[in-house]
Amino acid sequence: MIFGIEYQTIGIIVLWTFLLGYVIVGSIDWGAGFFALYGRITGRTKDLNQLIARYLNPVWEVTNVFFVFFFVGIVGFFPETAYYYGSTLLIPASISLIILSIRGAFYAFENYGIDSKLSWTILYGLSGLFIPASLSVALVISEGNYIVEGANGHYLDWQSLILSPYAWSVVLLAIISVLYISSAFLTTYAHIANETRGYSILRRWFLMWAGPMIFTCLFVFISLREHNHEHFMNAVNNQLWLFIASFILFIFATLLYYFKKAHTIAFICVFLQFSFAWFGYGMSKMPYILYPYINVNESVVNPSMALSLTIAFILGLLLLVPSLLLLLKLFVFNKAYVKGMK
Amino acid sequence: MDQVIIARMLAAMTLAFHIIFATVGVGVPIIIMITEFLGIKNKDKHYLAMTRRISKGYTVTVAVGVVTGTIIGLQLSLLYPTFMEMGGHVIALPLFMETFAFFFEAIFLSIYLYSFDRFKNLWTHWLLNIPIVLGSTLSAVFITTVNSFMNTPQGFDVEGGKLVNVQPLEAMFNPSVPVRVLHVVFTAYMTVAFIVASIAAFKLIRNKFTEDRTYHKKGLKVALITGIIFSVIAMFAGDLSAKFLHEHQPEKLAAMEWHFETESQADLVLFGMLDEDTQEVKGALKIPGVLSFLAGNSFDTEVTGLNDIPKDEQPPLIIHYFFDFMVFFGMYCLAIAVAFMLIWKFKPKWIHNKLLLSLVVLTGPFAMLAIEAGWFLAEMGRQPWILRGYLKVSEAATDAPGLILTFGGFLLLYIILGVSSVYVLTRMFKDKSAKAQMDELDDHTLLNDQKGGY
Repeated sequence: MIFGIEYQTIGIIVLWTFLLGYVIVGSIDWGAGFFALYGRITGRTKDLNQLIARYLNPVWEVTNVFFVFFFVGIVGFFPETAYYYGSTLLIPASISLIILSIRGAFYAFENYGIDSKLSWTILYGLSGLFIPASLSVALVISEGNYIVEGANGHYLDWQSLILSPYAWSVVLLAIISVLYISSAFLTTYAHIANETRGYSILRRWFLMWAGPMIFTCLFVFISLREHNHEHFMNAVNNQLWLFIASFILFIFATLLYYFKKAHTIAFICVFLQFSFAWFGYGMSKMPYILYPYINVNESVVNPSMALSLTIAFILGLLLLVPSLLLLLKLFVFNKAYVKGMK
Repeated sequence: MDQVIIARMLAAMTLAFHIIFATVGVGVPIIIMITEFLGIKNKDKHYLAMTRRISKGYTVTVAVGVVTGTIIGLQLSLLYPTFMEMGGHVIALPLFMETFAFFFEAIFLSIYLYSFDRFKNLWTHWLLNIPIVLGSTLSAVFITTVNSFMNTPQGFDVEGGKLVNVQPLEAMFNPSVPVRVLHVVFTAYMTVAFIVASIAAFKLIRNKFTEDRTYHKKGLKVALITGIIFSVIAMFAGDLSAKFLHEHQPEKLAAMEWHFETESQADLVLFGMLDEDTQEVKGALKIPGVLSFLAGNSFDTEVTGLNDIPKDEQPPLIIHYFFDFMVFFGMYCLAIAVAFMLIWKFKPKWIHNKLLLSLVVLTGPFAMLAIEAGWFLAEMGRQPWILRGYLKVSEAATDAPGLILTFGGFLLLYIILGVSSVYVLTRMFKDKSAKAQMDELDDHTLLNDQKGGY
């Protein structure tokens, strides 16, 4: 315990927040890859791709670190996750890793090399959409019922995973959310950059995907009731207000984009909408990281390591937050840079 | 095939591929820091163009380094779940700190690469090198402490098969840390210096853009001088390693030197072939007593032989070859660099000799091979342990189905990434002379004072 808070609480909040960070910046990144591909295929390279490259070039590497931070942190705070997720996720995680690598490497080859090849844009544009799909499998598995106990350990039950409506609804939600978040951010970005043609394309995508996104959310919710009733009831009884707040923010954001008003606030609404839903989902999941094997209260790392991790985390943040702000100030929030003048 | 073997092969393949890009990642920042310093201080466009060209190529290697680093980070849990569950209790701190260092570096590298023309004062941009060098070097330091922990674990007690009473700092600063960190960091600096030398020498031989000769000669000079300095430090660290192994990991020293009987005045064995059954070494160059001297600064030092180590705890004897390769390649680089610089000083005309330049071209690839050989030596030298003295690799490997499929997938990935990066990197500077790059600089960089940057 430190400052009256249990270590497992600190650990899980830190990790969940970083995962949210990754989901948001990652979504912008993956979706941007898809839009770059879309721009090339439809001959809108000028309208879309320069805008996207201007945003992505300085930040994509930082995006990736959010993910590394998460999986190093979770093994640090809750070492048992290494055992359960490690032994069951060999194939799905390896697929994710291969797609992530293709995406990261070919993004760099395409953008920093002197050649520009359509096949490279296809590789990094499409792989971007597969990443959230494949990563969401880990979240699906965390709901339990997909792991069987064998003679020598725990294995993934492929059949029940592939036949599960819950799993597919989560995968669908992951992909649609990427297009939704990414188009929202890039619409705002294009607005600041005064790129009118890119702006109208992206805004159209956003409005197109808003409906399916919220519909899939509902579907995931309903299929969770079948799949993990305990989790579902917990969400309804204790976190319902978060989901309602999230829905209101969604309406608000969509209206703002529709009426072309206050674009920065509109994106903040999208961000908050996801954060509320994210924490609602996370809080209702507690105390299980992997139902029913890993319970945060029982599998937290030993106290001396938890203390040093917490200290390292606080010191690390003191270093990171100002640096990140500097990065944002120089590139993302710098009007001259965004408009392509620097 | 056996799960344990496939898991080891997959881990070895990923690490062998990653270490190329990781080494470049640790070494390049210090080199661009030096060239940019020379450029600003002497108002020399050659060095400024050099800084930009190296950092441009760097973006591609960083990308591949980042993705392969992500792979190895997750693969540890996928391939050795039992080890990570057990070790996670003890080594989480340095792993966590490594991520922070990496984060820090990533942020400032992004700023650095896109702000060459944004600051009025060139030194402001130069200062960005400091967090990058710190971040990249510290991530190497932290990750090396984790690997060192696996070699010389400490900072915990064992109770009923579990690691308890963990002391994170003691585990992190385990006995093998100082020597290995020194060796890892400086061999990385050294390798990148020699890679730069190789490129410069290659371009001088090729002589495609005659106007670039001065540029490449300057590059060659700064690369060779830094290469010499770093390799002397790396060699010194290597020497400390022998003494360290003698004290703490005698089985590794004995296996890499094919030293079977415990004795004083032990011979240093270089090269040769071994008949494992008779323990007979053929065709080797034996230097009497030197192993004892290296191990303890005295010919009378008694060096433990393999026959005194339990059979099931002996590392594979093949590591001797890796040791030979590492030493030979490392020494080659230093010797060529020194010789070339001496020739340059006393017989400057000779340096245009293509044969002589070809010898320099070999230094970069050789230094990288030395890195690979060194890591194979270090890693195979602690077999059969994954956590020396506590957990064997055979008990730690996953038995999840589909491992061979995974191996095939990653093999294909590394082939694609490797070929593509070579293609992209070679295309990058093939058709553009450094002179052209310098002319671009004219417009905005050195005259920045009047124009007013960011």
